Amino acid sequence: MGVNRRKFLKIAGISTLGVAAKPATDALAFNPKEWLDEKLGGFTPSEILLHFGHQPEGSVPGEALTGTRWAMVVNVRSLDEEIAEACMDACHKVHNVPHIENSKHEIKWLWHEHYENALPGQHHEHIDDDIKKLPFLVMCNHCYNPPCVRVCPTKATYKRKKDGIVIMDMHRCIGCRFCMAACPFGSRSFNWKDPRKYFKDEEYPNPKYPTRMKGVVEKCNFCAERLAEGQIPACVEVAQKLCAEKGKEPALVFGDLDDPDSEVRQVLRSHYSVRRKPELGTHPNVYYIV
Amino acid sequence: MYDGGKIIAGIIIGLVLLTFPIWYTHGMAPKRPEVKLPEKEKKCVKDGPYMKTKHMQLLDLWRDSTVRAQKRIFVSEDGRKFTMSLQNTCMSANCHAKKSEFCDRCHNYTGVDPYCWDCHIPPKEEPKEKSEEML
Repeated sequence: MGVNRRKFLKIAGISTLGVAAKPATDALAFNPKEWLDEKLGGFTPSEILLHFGHQPEGSVPGEALTGTRWAMVVNVRSLDEEIAEACMDACHKVHNVPHIENSKHEIKWLWHEHYENALPGQHHEHIDDDIKKLPFLVMCNHCYNPPCVRVCPTKATYKRKKDGIVIMDMHRCIGCRFCMAACPFGSRSFNWKDPRKYFKDEEYPNPKYPTRMKGVVEKCNFCAERLAEGQIPACVEVAQKLCAEKGKEPALVFGDLDDPDSEVRQVLRSHYSVRRKPELGTHPNVYYIV
Repeated sequence: MYDGGKIIAGIIIGLVLLTFPIWYTHGMAPKRPEVKLPEKEKKCVKDGPYMKTKHMQLLDLWRDSTVRAQKRIFVSEDGRKFTMSLQNTCMSANCHAKKSEFCDRCHNYTGVDPYCWDCHIPPKEEPKEKSEEML
């Protein structure tokens, strides 16, 4: 007896089932360990917890300056060209900010503006001539309500919950420049060129701090890396030293706005101060005494 | 079989050609790279085998805890404390002071090109040939 039609169809059907069952059983053979391994990047859950959940004693530097809302006060009346330039120089040296002549490509964390550009809307033609000449030091305002953070698609820029600093995670920046469009203060610079090509000076780059690469956005970070080591921002340090030498009130004051006894609060209590573009509701944390 | 001799000869030649890369390069595998371990510091933040296989994940964790969680000190299993920094801790003068003798050896061998150094500054090294030329 040969294979009849009925028998052939039976065998074909069973074989097809057998072949089809393989991927199905594979899919069911779910290995939780392998899945976890993949999800945790090869780390055991306890290792992940050790890093993110649990903070062993001493994991936060003891000398770090802590605050809940860092702020800066710029006393423009104490500023002159020399102090302003020294502050910019200190900031850009510490953070490896390249000096690029072409204004289309330039990178700036801290720079100075004229009165009418620093505090637009406050300007009128009869303003004191001295004020027109003052260098208004401007930087990232570390807004309480930062528009740059809202638009960042990768959360590369974010506001630190602990102390309110608006900071960049350069590892995540994809260079879309949404944040630059969102920032009403022009505080952000894009690296159109490889910044390393512009370090000619012997002192550049500072080996303690990274540079940036072509295609990322950067800005002032309120010297977060210095705060972690218990130092005040570089520009404030330089400004206070120079102002003390010249016998002026400190041009830059840094401190915690939430601490009623902090230096910034004391200065703000004793002087009339303004902020840049307050009508936009970003609540800058940099105050100006004019 | 028609033309049996030709077919068999063809198959043999074909096999020889196909396996040519295997037997020609036999025994010519490049030497495994040897990294130069630091002279002063004998103990890494974790043990050697762990660092060999997982240094990239560890660096990622270091990066995330420093940048995102503001946790800057790593406490090793035996309680030693390290600032989590590629530039200032891993590549410090006491440890992997020369990128070309440590990182690059394995990375070049395996053909990986990590982009750490696009931003992080490797320690300064005297270029070898240049100094000889100058003499």
